[in-house]
Amino acid sequence: MTAFRAMLIRELHLALRGGGDMLTLVLFFVIVGAIVPFAVGPDRELLARIAPGVVWIAAFLAMLLGLDRLFRPDHEDGSLILLRQAELPLSAVVAAKLIVHWAVSALPLIVASPFVAMLLAMDVATFWRTLLSLLLGTPALAAFGAVGAAVTVSIRRGGLIAPILIAPLSIPVLIFGTGSITATQSGAALLFLAALSLMATALSPFAAALAISSGED
Amino acid sequence: MTMETTPKQSWWSRIAHPGQFVIWTRPLLWPLTILTALLFVAGLWFAFFNSPEDYQMGDTVRIMYVHVPNAWLSQFVYAVMSVSALGTLVWRHPMADVSMKAAAPLGALFTALALFTGALWGRPTWGTFWEWDGRMTSTLVLLLIYLGIIALWRAFDDQLRAARVIAVFTLIGAVNIPIIKFSVDWWSTLHQPASVFRPDGPRMPGSILTPLFVMFFAFTFLFLVLHLKAMHTEVKRRRVMTLQRRAAQGLGA
Amino acid sequence: MTSRQVFPPLSLRATGLVCGRGGMALTRELTVSVASGHCLLLRGPNGAGKTTLLLTLAGVIPPLAGGFALEAADTELQNLHYCGHRNAIKPRLSVLENLDFWRAVNGGTGEPVEAALDEVGLAALANLDAGYLSAGQTRRLALARLLVSHRPLWLLDEPTAALDIEGHDLVTRLLDRHLDMGGFAIAATHDPITLPDPARMETLVLGARTAGASS
Repeated sequence: MTAFRAMLIRELHLALRGGGDMLTLVLFFVIVGAIVPFAVGPDRELLARIAPGVVWIAAFLAMLLGLDRLFRPDHEDGSLILLRQAELPLSAVVAAKLIVHWAVSALPLIVASPFVAMLLAMDVATFWRTLLSLLLGTPALAAFGAVGAAVTVSIRRGGLIAPILIAPLSIPVLIFGTGSITATQSGAALLFLAALSLMATALSPFAAALAISSGED
Repeated sequence: MTMETTPKQSWWSRIAHPGQFVIWTRPLLWPLTILTALLFVAGLWFAFFNSPEDYQMGDTVRIMYVHVPNAWLSQFVYAVMSVSALGTLVWRHPMADVSMKAAAPLGALFTALALFTGALWGRPTWGTFWEWDGRMTSTLVLLLIYLGIIALWRAFDDQLRAARVIAVFTLIGAVNIPIIKFSVDWWSTLHQPASVFRPDGPRMPGSILTPLFVMFFAFTFLFLVLHLKAMHTEVKRRRVMTLQRRAAQGLGA
Repeated sequence: MTSRQVFPPLSLRATGLVCGRGGMALTRELTVSVASGHCLLLRGPNGAGKTTLLLTLAGVIPPLAGGFALEAADTELQNLHYCGHRNAIKPRLSVLENLDFWRAVNGGTGEPVEAALDEVGLAALANLDAGYLSAGQTRRLALARLLVSHRPLWLLDEPTAALDIEGHDLVTRLLDRHLDMGGFAIAATHDPITLPDPARMETLVLGARTAGASS
């Protein structure tokens, strides 16, 4: 347990001292949200209608953008090889990384989402549902992302290919995420979303660890 | 008992060696090709000349004889890839890598054909080439997954190492595809009332089923032939690469 | 720091081991046996497969043929330290934080962090960000990682790279003490490493077959 805690603390330190990646992601998220009115016109009704989808797409893209720093720095400086020989199992290492990754990339987006919601003329009730769906859905996005990052970690220019692999797999998250905001069966969608997140976060550390140990050197 | 298991093991390990695999499976290639050709001739004859027009769709119903087998193959090939992925990860069978790699472009091809024929069929039926219908959407997602896997194969330098990583990803995809299918179905029934023509169902008469059945086997055998040939090509490609590297090392002296 | 037997007697035995990358063999068939208290030096020209052999023994690369086993080892535990070209030191963490982390993750069975830092001569820099260390100092920090968790087998890849003369002595001293404790090591090196007791050293020259080709 101390090893797991040490892993968490290390990841947190690295993320917080990592030169403002967190801020960049939040900015990206807000900018994607802010760009949409320029593309579709400042019609408040239309914006309010597409706002949940826009927030989800922006969050989805921002999460994809942050994937590359999950394993690549550790791969490049040789830490990943040593972590494979740690007393802490590699799946636990991945789980710790996943938790911190979610905390430093998804949580700031959720915190910033009121701002985007305001820009997109979202009403308050929809906003709370959006917040809830982001809270429930982003763990699944992070988990799928971890798998994608693990699969591509040993590819030299793997940063570009991970989003391509992950996007199709993340479609259910997107469907249930936006479905839980707008759809008539939003309760069911919310439950599916939670189930998806639980399953993805439970399984992805093992899958990612397997991918790392079979591909990395 | 030992008498029974021994030959099976030796057969298993015999095809484990890539060169041996090629030698052992090459005699299968021609008979399979001829069988495929015969099935296609029979299937196409049935499809064009010996099956009724649909009372609603007319001649366009014949697209189904190509569309449905392709749609089936788009999923069957993924199943083949998943089994090969298990072969790579669990049994570390060298030919499983090759099978996995050879199947990916074929899967993408059949999936693209399923989408293409679906779009051709959709135009007269629905009045539009593309409809965000549950099946077509999940087939599109499947195509994206295939293309991602192909891109992944191309991104790796070391194909042996790539195989294990891609096997992991293929299996993750296999777990995800039912979820994707379910979510897409949920989504499409939500956003539009189900008004989609479904070719399956008990209404289908035997005169349609026969050509469908024959074409179904024809396409499946076509896949088997192409897969086997692609595996042979991949084995040869790897041998060429090894020889090239060896030659490059020799020249460095 | 009295040296004592820490590890149970162990040995690494490889038979017919062929190492390589991407299906290309780099070494000939190796039959190697290293036992407790001994150090095997790997020598050979660049490209002879020294690093590949170490990575294979570390379990990172699968062998192309043959196999190896740590005999009499407790397989529940991690039995080896790999110290490669890359130091696995995070520049944004302090020296102390770096080492603390690895001690926690690898199981803190060895020396306390402060003692290990003192040993490698970095005690005064403990609170400095590791990014400010020189290449040699970073290497010393990487070596300190071997001390904070006891593991019987050390796989060292160019342990003296970037180190000064005094650093070479440090490597020799650490290695000698490790062997005293009943550990054993395999080190790939171009620099001469001379232990006080030459009987403990064996040398394996790699790349004899492709010596001409890989120059």
